[in-house]
Formats: sequence, structure tokens, C-alpha cells
Amino acid sequence: MSFVSVRNVFQSYNGRPILERVNVSVDEGEFISIVGASGCGKSTFLRMLLAEETPSRGEITIDGGAPAVEPGLERGVVFQRYSVFPHLSVRQNILAGEGFATLSGKLRGSARRAALERADRMLARIGLNHVADQYPASLSGGMQQRLAIGQAMTAKPRVLLLDEPFGALDPGTRISMHAFLMELKAETNMTVFMVTHDLEEGFKLGDRVLVFDKPRWDPHDPGAYGATVTYDFDARDGGIPFQHILDRYPSLSAPAPD
Amino acid sequence: MRLINRIPGRPAAVLLAALPFIAALILYSIASDIRLEANPADKLLPAPSTIGDTAVRLFTQGDRRTGEILLWKDTFASLARLLGGVGIAAALSLIIGMIIGLLPYARSLLSGFVAVLSMVPPLALLPILFIVFGLGEVSKVVLIVIGVTPFMTRDLAQRVLDIPHEQIVKAQTLGASSWVIATRVALPQILPRLITNVRLSLGSAWLFLIAAEAVASNVGLGYRIFLVRRYLAMDVILTYVMWITLLAFLIDWSLKTLSRRAFPWMEAGL
Repeated sequence: MSFVSVRNVFQSYNGRPILERVNVSVDEGEFISIVGASGCGKSTFLRMLLAEETPSRGEITIDGGAPAVEPGLERGVVFQRYSVFPHLSVRQNILAGEGFATLSGKLRGSARRAALERADRMLARIGLNHVADQYPASLSGGMQQRLAIGQAMTAKPRVLLLDEPFGALDPGTRISMHAFLMELKAETNMTVFMVTHDLEEGFKLGDRVLVFDKPRWDPHDPGAYGATVTYDFDARDGGIPFQHILDRYPSLSAPAPD
Repeated sequence: MRLINRIPGRPAAVLLAALPFIAALILYSIASDIRLEANPADKLLPAPSTIGDTAVRLFTQGDRRTGEILLWKDTFASLARLLGGVGIAAALSLIIGMIIGLLPYARSLLSGFVAVLSMVPPLALLPILFIVFGLGEVSKVVLIVIGVTPFMTRDLAQRVLDIPHEQIVKAQTLGASSWVIATRVALPQILPRLITNVRLSLGSAWLFLIAAEAVASNVGLGYRIFLVRRYLAMDVILTYVMWITLLAFLIDWSLKTLSRRAFPWMEAGL
């Protein structure tokens, strides 16, 4: 049984098909990169994974549960922008990762002290402890995204969704964010979906790369058909997953018995 | 160099800011001089010194019959009505605006109604208010509330809708309920806007207050101005007008300061 399963999902807006017949199954701990041209429905797919929209047909389930109708604790998300709360300090933003799930939205007493300790550990982990009392607007783009990822991780989601998280960053910051994300992934073994425009980034970070495209194309009516997953690459080992296969399974190199 | 690129230095900017005030004062003095020379008993443009004497008398000397200083009595009565009305309007608009902005069902129910309500000219309702609430304090406060609540409500609802949708989704993924999103995400972000709204609405609130006091009252700044108008007491009227202007300016300034102190995150990006 796969961890995240997408079965025969269709989505259309006002009768216009966006996605059709999407079938994906993902194991726990896999990092899935999603690439494709603009307007081919990859962000729509992410929004459906997030349960911000529900598919018009088909269903998406996590760990065999019921299909979600609204975003919740199971799914964490980081958007390209606006993922942190501008009116909360950096530390309060991390605290919100735990506090928002309570009835009043605020932790009190010993629960708050324990959460503060965890928040400070998370801040050290994402390298933001020196700006803990500043507001997000005074941080650089890369720091804001690190904060957004840390905040999402604090709520301990089962699936982390990233919608072009590094799209607004400069190339240098992007490289360091890749390293940060790889480390985090190695530590937590979290299932991640990441939409990106950058093929190289997709192959570098992902275990699998899903390509969204339109398999059918009507030149007289470009909107007539929706997109689907047209390629599903194995992107481990830099996109050459089998180059070490003989190291792992030496028996494969043995000559075939006569 | 283009005119749009010429920027005055600090001393020049201060001088320029003072210039219109000085010019107005000089123009008034000249006009007053001309009229007083022709007729020393002229009441229309009293000399600045006369206004000064009148101001001192109004602020310090009690009424001959009761001993009360009328200006202070008027000031307290008017400020109580003004702040009461604006306070109630702010609270109402905050609650209704948040509900409209956050809940789609409430939006369908109320946003059209509030939009129509904000088109009703409040002063046209004044006679109805006098009939329903009598000539006391209530009708004046209600006029201010009716006058400023609808447009504040519309603006605040729009501000809630302007909060990036990503933030609302993010809060949901952190497990926040509707109540937590309202109180911990939306409310803190529109409070600065509420203060801005109160600042903007104070202008119309003063207008409604003075109109209501002019029509039916026995104390208040607007009442006094319209009372002494009968004796053409320009010195009293001008003192009151300047006093009201000063009060309005001080309220505006303190709200601005409060906003800057209370919401440091607003300026963190500047």
C-alpha cells in the first residue's frame, strides 16, 4: 500500500479540463519533484494534494485515510511568498506551528515553556536564532523561506508540500537552500512534494521527477484537453539510478547461466 | 534639473511648512486692519489681539451666573459624544468587517446590505434620530455611529480579504480553527488599518457632531458656535474653530503615534 495515493484524478474549472487521469502513488519518505510548463496544472495538482481544492473526479488519500476536504495538520506547506505571518516575530512564527492547533491559538504555562525550548532548537537548526526577535519583513528572502520551512516542520506534517519555494531567491541563496533541504530530508525522512520551474533543481533534490504535460493537443482549441503525468523519472543518483546497481547487487554482473 | 527632482533641505522644508500659516495670519491681519480702520466697531473681522483676549477669557473666566467655564464644559460634552460615537463605530465595524471578510456565508448575507447602507446620507436621518432617540445624548452618538460605521466596515472587510490567501491556508495547515485564524491571523493584521480608519473617520465624525449639536442641544462646541452666531461674535466663533482644529489635530497625532508604537512589525520592512 503506497503512502500517498492519487487515483484517477480529474480537475476542471468552469468546464475547462485542467488535469485528467492523474495516477500517482508515492512511498513514505520519497521526495517528489513536479515540473512542467506554465499553466499545465502542476500548481493545481499541489493545491489538490493540499486539499485546498477537491478534485472533480477521483480521490487523493494519505496513508489510506479518507480524502481531505480542507487543509489540515496532515499537510504542511511552503509557498513562494507570504508563507510566514508578518505580525509575528521569528520566534512567535515558529511557536505558531504548535500554538495554532490549540483552542485559543496560544500556548500557556508549562506547555508554552516546553514549546519555546523546542522553538529555539528549531531556530538553531534553521540558522535563525540570531534574528529570533525580529519581524519577517526585516529578513532576507532565503531566511524567510527557511523560517517558513521550519514553521511547517514544527507542526509535524505527514506530507510537506513546497510550491516553488526557491523561485524568488537569487542563485547563490538557492544553492544553500538546496543543501539545507537535503539535510532536513535526510534527518526527518519526510514525504515531500515540490513544484519547481527549474529542471536541474528538480533532479538534484528529488527521488522522482513527475512531468506534467498535455498528452493530447488540439491546435484549434488549446484548452480542450487537460494535462497529466507524462513522465515519471527515477531521479536518484543524479538521474542515473542504476549506475551503482552492480555495487549493490554484484550477482547481476555474473554471466548468465547457460 | 526637473522640478520633480528638486527636494528642499530640512530648514527649507520647515520654513515652507510654516509659510502658509504665516501668510494666512498676515492676510487676515491686513483685512481686519482695513475694516477696523473704516469702522472701529466692526464685528466681522476682529483684530488678532481681540481674538487672543477673547480666547483667554473663554478659557479662564467662568460664566457670570453659574461660575462654570463654558468652553471646558462644551469641550467635555462634545468629546464624550465624539469619542463615544467613534468608539462604538470602531468596535462595530471591526466585528462586522471581520465576519464579512472571513466567512463566505456572512459575506453573501451582509456585504450588499452594508454597501447600500453606506450610501444613505446620515444627516438626512437626523430628524428620524431625534424622533426616535429624543434630543438627548443618544441621538447625537447614534448619528456619528450611523455616519461612519458602514464605510469603516466595508474597508475592514476588504482588508481582511486582502490578507494573502497563502497565509490563511498556511494557518490551516498548522491546525488553526476559524476562531484562531480570526483572532491570531486576521485581527492583528487589520488593527493598524482600524486605527487608520478611525483617523480618517474623525473628520466626518466632527461634521456629524457639530451638525447634530447645532440643530438641538444645550451644551457642546457646535452648539456654542451656532448660539453666538446670533450676536455675530466672530471672536468667540474663531476661538472655538481654532480650538476644535487643535483638538482634532491632537487626536489624530496621538492615534498616529499609538499605531507606530503598537505595531512595530508594520515598519520592520521599511
